[in-house]
Amino acid sequence: MTDNNPIVTLDDALGMGLTAEEFDRICDHMGRTPNLTELGVFSAMWSEHCSYKSSKKWLKTLPTTGEQVIQGPGENAGVIDIGDGWAAVFKIESHNHPSYIEPYQGAATGVGGILRDVFTMGARPVALLNALRFGAPDHELTPYLASGVVAGIGGYGNCIGIPTVGGEVNFDPSYNGNILVNAMAVGLARADKIFYSAASGAGNPVIYIGAKTGRDGIHGATMASAEFSEDDASKRPTVQVGDPFAGKLLMEASLELMASDSVVAIQDMGAAGLTSSSVEMAAKGGLGMEIDLDLVPVREDHMSAYEIMLSESQERMLVVLKPDATEKAKAILDKWDLDFATIGTVTDSGRLVLNKDGGLAADIPLAPLVDDAPEYDRPHEDSPELPQLASGDLAIEANIKSVLLTLLGSHHLCSRRWIWEQYDRDVMADTVAASTGDAALVRVHGSNRGLAISTDCTPRYVKADPMTGGKQAVAEAYRNISASGALPLAVTNNLNFGNPEKPRIMGQITGSVMGMGEAAKALGTPVVSGNVSLYNETDGNAINPAPVIGMVGVIDDVDQAVGIGLTAAGKSVVIIGQHPEQNDGWLGCSVYADVMTNNPEAAPPPVDLDAEALTGQFIRSAIANSQISACHDIGDGGAMPALAEMVMASHGLGVDVTLPNGAGHGWAFGEDQSRYLVETDDADALLAMAKELGVDGQIIGQTIPSAELKFNDGMTISSVEMNEAYEGGLPRIMAGKNA
Amino acid sequence: MKVMVSINLKPGVLDPQARAIENSLSSLGYTEVSGVSTGKQIILDLDETDESRARQKTAKMCETLLVNTVIENYDITIMDEDS
Amino acid sequence: MNISVITFPGSNCDRDVITAAAEITGKQPTAVWHKDTDLGNPDLVIIPGGFSFGDYLRCGAIASKSPAMDEVIEHSLRGGMVMGICNGFQVLVETGLLPGALIRNKGLKFVCRDTNLKTHQHGKDIMAGFQDGEEMVIPVAHNEGQYFADDDTLKRIQDNGQIAFTYTPMGDETDYNPNGAALDIAGITSENGRVLGMMPHPERKMSDTVGGADGRRLLTAIIEASQS
Repeated sequence: MTDNNPIVTLDDALGMGLTAEEFDRICDHMGRTPNLTELGVFSAMWSEHCSYKSSKKWLKTLPTTGEQVIQGPGENAGVIDIGDGWAAVFKIESHNHPSYIEPYQGAATGVGGILRDVFTMGARPVALLNALRFGAPDHELTPYLASGVVAGIGGYGNCIGIPTVGGEVNFDPSYNGNILVNAMAVGLARADKIFYSAASGAGNPVIYIGAKTGRDGIHGATMASAEFSEDDASKRPTVQVGDPFAGKLLMEASLELMASDSVVAIQDMGAAGLTSSSVEMAAKGGLGMEIDLDLVPVREDHMSAYEIMLSESQERMLVVLKPDATEKAKAILDKWDLDFATIGTVTDSGRLVLNKDGGLAADIPLAPLVDDAPEYDRPHEDSPELPQLASGDLAIEANIKSVLLTLLGSHHLCSRRWIWEQYDRDVMADTVAASTGDAALVRVHGSNRGLAISTDCTPRYVKADPMTGGKQAVAEAYRNISASGALPLAVTNNLNFGNPEKPRIMGQITGSVMGMGEAAKALGTPVVSGNVSLYNETDGNAINPAPVIGMVGVIDDVDQAVGIGLTAAGKSVVIIGQHPEQNDGWLGCSVYADVMTNNPEAAPPPVDLDAEALTGQFIRSAIANSQISACHDIGDGGAMPALAEMVMASHGLGVDVTLPNGAGHGWAFGEDQSRYLVETDDADALLAMAKELGVDGQIIGQTIPSAELKFNDGMTISSVEMNEAYEGGLPRIMAGKNA
Repeated sequence: MKVMVSINLKPGVLDPQARAIENSLSSLGYTEVSGVSTGKQIILDLDETDESRARQKTAKMCETLLVNTVIENYDITIMDEDS
Repeated sequence: MNISVITFPGSNCDRDVITAAAEITGKQPTAVWHKDTDLGNPDLVIIPGGFSFGDYLRCGAIASKSPAMDEVIEHSLRGGMVMGICNGFQVLVETGLLPGALIRNKGLKFVCRDTNLKTHQHGKDIMAGFQDGEEMVIPVAHNEGQYFADDDTLKRIQDNGQIAFTYTPMGDETDYNPNGAALDIAGITSENGRVLGMMPHPERKMSDTVGGADGRRLLTAIIEASQS
């Protein structure tokens, strides 16, 4: 045993985040006390990040099948059939801790990692989205962290040439010391040309391709599975640095390699690097693998077996090649100036055997490492039920105009232009809609078929009522996809929570996963991939729970899709999903409550999944019949902010609004679910059709040829006023002027 | 022989990064700072023992690739072996 | 009509330009790898956008020294037509085929947005297909697109009529120049009028489906001018 690979002690195991009980199990499986490299492999594979040990029991309850599903959870990304022989390959993943420590690189490598997950499956990535959570707008670190993260996302996506077409961002003090950076990638492949990670064929060569291995990011997976403390900002050396240029070369080389009929199996080296890629490839194939670590391309001297196995250097892949394909494969990698090294072979031993410096560095039985990874049923406790507030308990003395302008300028609702103008949204030349509407719309290259994509979550709802919040995240995404005219097909999820060892946090996890599962089932959108990020706490303070949903839908003809901008004067504006006599709404837990009142704790609006499905179905068919010319989901902030966005997105058009009798702030700003604002030529015909399906609708006004909201009580709000409030919010926050 | 090429923007070329640094320093209270400029350094290890030949070769590299003389100036420094 | 499109490691708009050109001409352009020295006898060479060689050293600098670019320079010296878009424009100024330089955006941030372009040359060479003062909405997406040249050069390119496109306000817009470019320059031509470099991406506006067809109009004019 060499100096840098000693036999370990219990203390070493505890230091790597394992428990004493887990260490005992490792020693049992090994039949001896492991050495440092072996323990490193176990601790990475048994980390929360790789093993899902706290969440697995609950994740198993999610619906994962459906006739559209080609590959559910368990691979690098989920795969669904979108018709015409095409498959969409997608996943969302978090890079929360690294982005707090070094926002630019953390976010950039998050994007790089999720892109590798997608192209590893043989798909060309066509769209990037994200879900971001930053601290309070007036927190001193917020502008620094937010501008670094945005620049990092753009820095990677822009360079590699995949459009960043959508996303969402929230600001809340619970993220002051623990921001969330979730990145989603969507790719396209022919449905019969998907690549998987299970190795096969004992004797086949194992190839390392991509960038060289350094000491960066060692034990990142373990770091992502621990709580943060103040002095962690000094953990800088473990941060990986992204190289989008190398990422681009690796993407092109990998896709070319997969098209060359050389590849048996392929897996990217993401979290836990060579460890997880080699273990997963061998274990999924029910085989073994022997690797000579001296053959791994390294860029630093004297790297130990432990360091090589746990490094999270970026832009690397592990490939099992067909026996006679080595030369052809090497020529492709040479063309792209990337490293290519045969580092081992597939074996039938069922063991991972690592050699280094002429000796044995590790010899681990794979079955127990993977199959006997710990799984915990952690104690969980429900969040206390919060009161349902009537709007009268909240409404304040102010006219709708002043409230609307305040809400439009608030950090909840203000324009995200400052962010999305830094993203290349148009590269690949197939972007139909990005960043400003409900869902992003990307055309399948060479056809008129389109993918509709959205990321969503409302953490304040989840915190108030995890079950409802979990449902709402799916319902909101479903609504965004439907509002563009596309059919929602499947979701990927990113569960961001605090420390699962605390029963209340565990209760948030179980509640929101149950809610999410119920909604995914009811709305016909199974979960096909996902990621879990726990221990998002700083000095014991947990984040607002954020079970983020990324949803993908399909539309047969993108020219059938509608946007949020009004299209012509003289049309009717209708709220679909709302009773014709409605004059109130749900203000508890709303943006209105947060911005305008002392925000008492209150239950969020309930989600009626049957109504959601029915309303969505109606909207989609009305768009397909060309009965709707503009459509906007009513979400955060309620109906009037949504209407304001429709006016701001149109050219020289406005709405003459007829307030229902007794309409107050609840009507204008309530956040009741399952509602859409639509523009239509023939409101009567539309409402008649809705009625047949059992869907309600309320006519609220007519479009007019002047850019304003005009109310029947004489109040007018010009588009210029709204724009000033709406566009001013984020630049003010980023300039640190909210402090 | 180690050679350092220092590259700076020519006077008159807008250096927005420098201006941002200057503004930021000033807002941190360092009001005495002015005339910030940014640049980059490229360090080369040349298989060459003669200093003037090393300078000559490096200057050639600067003119062909390392420097865009439309907007940048450069300066060549021979570094001590042990520095 | 032969169009050749050069790909460098890190180019990311090569496919988009090839698709757009094929749509306009009905003929597949020749894809040229940066190490190739045979351009395929083109009427027009297009150098697409992207981050050639990762934008390392300076945008376009390393690409400008590639074997394929040596051939492009030869082609241009023979009077051949060349168009550089975004990173392609940066490559062309690095070769010296176009005057000036492209430096970091004034706002210090990557900027992706629609810009309103106005034409300034017409009737001859690569700009033969344009009227003076035509306006077109074409998006930009770049970090280093601020056109810079010293005063003498700026005066010279103005006097020679080498300014091809400028950013111009849409309505009462004030923030119309996305990067702080001198004289609002979005694109320039060489002294002989046969080499064009522009920051905006016409290949991204090929139809109303993707937000407008002004890019198709612009590219069609350039391609037709290269044919004659």
